[in-house]
Amino acid sequence: MDWLFIKEYYPLYIRSAVLTITIGVLGIVLSVIVGMICALCRYYKIPLLNGIAAAYTELSRNTPLIVQLFFLFFGLPKVGIVLSPEACGTIGLAFLGGGYMSESFLSGLGSVRKIHLEAAASLGLNGAQTMKSVILPQAASVSTPAVCANVIFLLKETSVFSAVSLADLMYTAKDLIGMYYNTTEALTMLVIAYLIMILPISIVFTLLERRLRHERV
Amino acid sequence: MKGYEVLFTGNNFLRLLSGLWVTLRISLISIGISLVLGVLLGAAMTVRNKAVKAVCKVYLEVVRIMPQLVWLFIVFFGITRSTGINLSGETAAIIVFTIWGTAETGDLVRGAFVSIPAHQYESGLALGLGKAQLYFYVILPQTVRRLTPNIINLSTRMIKTTALVSLIGVTEVLKVGKQIIDANRYDAPDAAIWVYAAIFFMYFIICFPLSVFSKKLADRSK
Repeated sequence: MDWLFIKEYYPLYIRSAVLTITIGVLGIVLSVIVGMICALCRYYKIPLLNGIAAAYTELSRNTPLIVQLFFLFFGLPKVGIVLSPEACGTIGLAFLGGGYMSESFLSGLGSVRKIHLEAAASLGLNGAQTMKSVILPQAASVSTPAVCANVIFLLKETSVFSAVSLADLMYTAKDLIGMYYNTTEALTMLVIAYLIMILPISIVFTLLERRLRHERV
Repeated sequence: MKGYEVLFTGNNFLRLLSGLWVTLRISLISIGISLVLGVLLGAAMTVRNKAVKAVCKVYLEVVRIMPQLVWLFIVFFGITRSTGINLSGETAAIIVFTIWGTAETGDLVRGAFVSIPAHQYESGLALGLGKAQLYFYVILPQTVRRLTPNIINLSTRMIKTTALVSLIGVTEVLKVGKQIIDANRYDAPDAAIWVYAAIFFMYFIICFPLSVFSKKLADRSK
């Protein structure tokens, strides 16, 4: 292990980790919003939008992120839509994540039993009130584990960004390997960077899930 | 030449399909091996021995915490560097996807075994079935029914993830697509959008039926 090499180049990793996190967080927040909208369209079976949301969910869930990114980055400029690598990463992650989130939210909304809705209606709650005080609290606790799993999945998917020339962690590692042939050091720093990013979140989510499971029982 | 014509000139479409086959082959081989090893791992995870359990758990978490692309880099660049063995991209990919697939399959198998209620075992024994009979007639059929939809889901995930192998230099569908686009740069400058859209739908056509099928199976077993 060449410690001097590590000392010299770890700032590169920090810089690219910040980029990965920024785009990852932005993409995940967007995917939650997109997923929420799609799930609501499908839950209330809004005509037309229901179909579009369902088709979108299937399209995004059944194709790899790297192919979606290539389409955005290399395909779209041919019809005059030029996106920066950062925008591509964010939109791609939101497109992929939106489908997964929509499915998780929808299964949460669908898990509320009909008798609760009928009870809410007979108490005279209107649609919005029912959603706010009856459906959402129950749906949230059912959806949370799936949403957490999605967040970790999406964080890991950010590793694909280097394919559209975003200077993320993978890009930095590959660059260092190509330039200096210090493969062991470059890969070790890569692993540590991902561990620092993903491990704490994964632990927090595990604890959260355990807590929710206790509450439900 | 119009962009979409590029797809059907010469043997371009066939080339794309053969590129797709490269990734599919990697995923099919990995899925096959993972199924066998995963069942063993899953069985190992249900034993009472704490040490065995801990080792399996650590393996599962270590594999899961890293993005698959990082694993591909570690095996493809790292192993070559540290051992001098020159792995082809395809071999490296099969190794990585097998290790990952085994971990995920193992977890699914464990989950399926654990989900069988204790009274199923107890009533089997109460009926006077032997241990082999109990597993063969009572436990396994239920486990398999619960497992199948999840395994199909995992397979679609693996098929989608194998698209990453283009990043370690395997000539698969994305690389072939790029070659086709580059070769027609002057004749059909807008080929890229058609080629990548075609690849997008190729993956969709493979994965969508699988996910519909697994959803059907899951609904039926409820």
